[in-house]
Amino acid sequence: MRAVDAVMECLKAEGVDVVFGYPGGANLPTYDAFVDAGIQHILVRHEAGGGHAAEGYAKASGRVGVVFATSGPGATNIITPLADAMMDSTPMVAITGQVRTELIGTDGFQEADIFGMTMPVVKHSMVIRDPADIPRTIHEAFHIARTGRPGPVLVDMPVDLTRADIDYQPVADVHLPGYQPTTRGNRKQVRLAAKALANARRPVLYVGGGAVLADAGAEVTELATSDNLPVTCTLMGLGAFPAPHPQWLGMLGMHGTRTANYAIDEADLIVAIGARFDDRVTAKLSEFAPHAKFVHIDIDPAEISKNVPAHIPIVGDCKTIVPALAAEYRSLSPDSSRLNAWWERIRGWQEQYPLRYQDTEDTEIKPQRAIEALYEATGGNAIISSDVGQHQMWAAQFYHYPAPRRWINSGGLGTMGFGLPAAIGAQMANPGVLTCVVSGDGSIQMNAQEFATCAQYEIPIKVFILNNGYLGMVRQWQELFWDRRYSHVDMGQFPDFVKLAEAYGCTGMRFTDKTSLVDDIKRAIDTPGPVVVDVRVTREENTYPMIGPGAAARDMVG
Amino acid sequence: MGEPGTKDRLSLEELEASRGIYTGRKHVLSILVENKPGVLTRVSGLFARRGFNIDTLAVGPTDDPTLSRITMTLDGAQHPIDQVTKQLHKLVNVIKIRDLEPSEMVARELAMFKIHADGVNRAEVMQIVEIFRAKVVDVTKRSVIAEVTGGRDKIEAFERMVRPFGMVEMARTGEIAIARGRAET
Repeated sequence: MRAVDAVMECLKAEGVDVVFGYPGGANLPTYDAFVDAGIQHILVRHEAGGGHAAEGYAKASGRVGVVFATSGPGATNIITPLADAMMDSTPMVAITGQVRTELIGTDGFQEADIFGMTMPVVKHSMVIRDPADIPRTIHEAFHIARTGRPGPVLVDMPVDLTRADIDYQPVADVHLPGYQPTTRGNRKQVRLAAKALANARRPVLYVGGGAVLADAGAEVTELATSDNLPVTCTLMGLGAFPAPHPQWLGMLGMHGTRTANYAIDEADLIVAIGARFDDRVTAKLSEFAPHAKFVHIDIDPAEISKNVPAHIPIVGDCKTIVPALAAEYRSLSPDSSRLNAWWERIRGWQEQYPLRYQDTEDTEIKPQRAIEALYEATGGNAIISSDVGQHQMWAAQFYHYPAPRRWINSGGLGTMGFGLPAAIGAQMANPGVLTCVVSGDGSIQMNAQEFATCAQYEIPIKVFILNNGYLGMVRQWQELFWDRRYSHVDMGQFPDFVKLAEAYGCTGMRFTDKTSLVDDIKRAIDTPGPVVVDVRVTREENTYPMIGPGAAARDMVG
Repeated sequence: MGEPGTKDRLSLEELEASRGIYTGRKHVLSILVENKPGVLTRVSGLFARRGFNIDTLAVGPTDDPTLSRITMTLDGAQHPIDQVTKQLHKLVNVIKIRDLEPSEMVARELAMFKIHADGVNRAEVMQIVEIFRAKVVDVTKRSVIAEVTGGRDKIEAFERMVRPFGMVEMARTGEIAIARGRAET
């Protein structure tokens, strides 16, 4: 069998139904195999779009996203998606073409040492040296990408080797002596954690993206509701606990709610579930949760005590550890009333500091209002794929996510241009589910070429560009911390997004009036095919509340 | 009691007491890796990326041709050794890591010193070579090359002794180490 046909067999054996990619000289044999493979291939307009689409597919489905690119510039164009997937632990396999073996190291045409270049931003990577190794390597790549702490895996295939014929035998399982992730938590530690939780008077569950990756939303909810435990999620964890909910404190961190941040600040026990104490969460590390003991549940032992020392570390899969913890906790029959005073304190903050903004007197649309209107118009049931910037924070604050994998965004790397291609992937993974992009006029232009992909494949995503003519988040920082000396953040009103959408074969709309906004959004949603909406919003609006740089959580402003 | 990077579990009190665990002593890590392309880059790249500093590094084959051994020394005063080993463990090609206790290992290093030694002080240099059970492996009219094997302390002591004669240059392999007794490293 041709080695490239074996690649297709491997993909099918891994359950791959759709891949994203871009052909070129060094992966011509692979693209020939696509003709008869029976695997859907989405031709993106830039390899970065393909990489982010694979990420969006993975984030929305939990399955491994797959991207193909050719050698040289094709491969270097997926470095950003690989780094993005590494930071957010997204399961992804990237298969790149490479120049033929004899040209490697000679600066051949379209040669790039992608194996070397991507080493710091992949979970693992492999170069094919012998065509007979191709099937085993592909299966190893999928295994590594999806198990343990998920992440991106790169397979680099020199073009001459993909032309070879091999004796293909289906690969039953993989053997990786150096790779054995711990999944089962230590029972003794779980009991210890349950006891600590039962004795805590001011506990908080701090839930991160790991809970989403483990599909442990139901388990987290079970633990929280087995008593009256307050829950906050990180940006990556949104949806792991259904919002809105009486036990929901909102997101924590730099642009989280005051309630969530104050609760962390005063907590006596924090149970971290698949979260990594990122600097955007802890703010000033030395003043983070000064009164708290930490239970830290994570599948990656290297995350334990990396930033904050864990008093009770539990290494393993939160899908099994969290319900075990809930069972142990219930068996201790803790007295719920011990939390009354804590809840009184929390309710006080919730009343005093709800998320709010100053709405306009006229018809101008406040960006926060746009997100609220999107929430109303979709009944909270859409998949929201966000870009990076102010709009991302507003979409995290004002849209409420009732289930995991509804909120797709680039959290760790903060990649502008992520939202549109990721939505393509999310929509391909969930046909028939309303998928919307929340973007800004800056971010959308970083991968706007993917409008063509949406049009060609009739991918019916609805794109809402919160257009303020600024790189809003940078402008906000210049306003607050650089004396309002605006440096290169004004983007003017270019391009005309309605015309741009139409040029790409999508429907273009422009909304400028807040009074009809919900109905307008419904109209966009009801329009078949891809729709791009230019939502003109207040030019200089800041994202609040905010923990300033170097400040502690209790010193939030706004 | 447990020390970061060793097989012993850390006690809760110890964890509580620290933010990032610095042991303050030298550590010798013996890392068994798959003999595959890019593995050394992966290991050294990890150190660069996480801001860890390697003191010495030695790589060579083992009795199993599919495996190589990397012996690395690190300063536990500058780096949280537990973070280093946990990050190393995440590399797919890393099979096993041992943080060798000083009392439970034999560590050796080879060094070559090119020492300025003309008529006047040659005899004295040769005497020092003798005392350290080093070996002269090259002689010219104005210099000798001495080969010294031993622990880091011995090599550093030798260096201090011969430096006053005028050191032309020096090359060291970095320590390799193996666990004492029957148990595998």
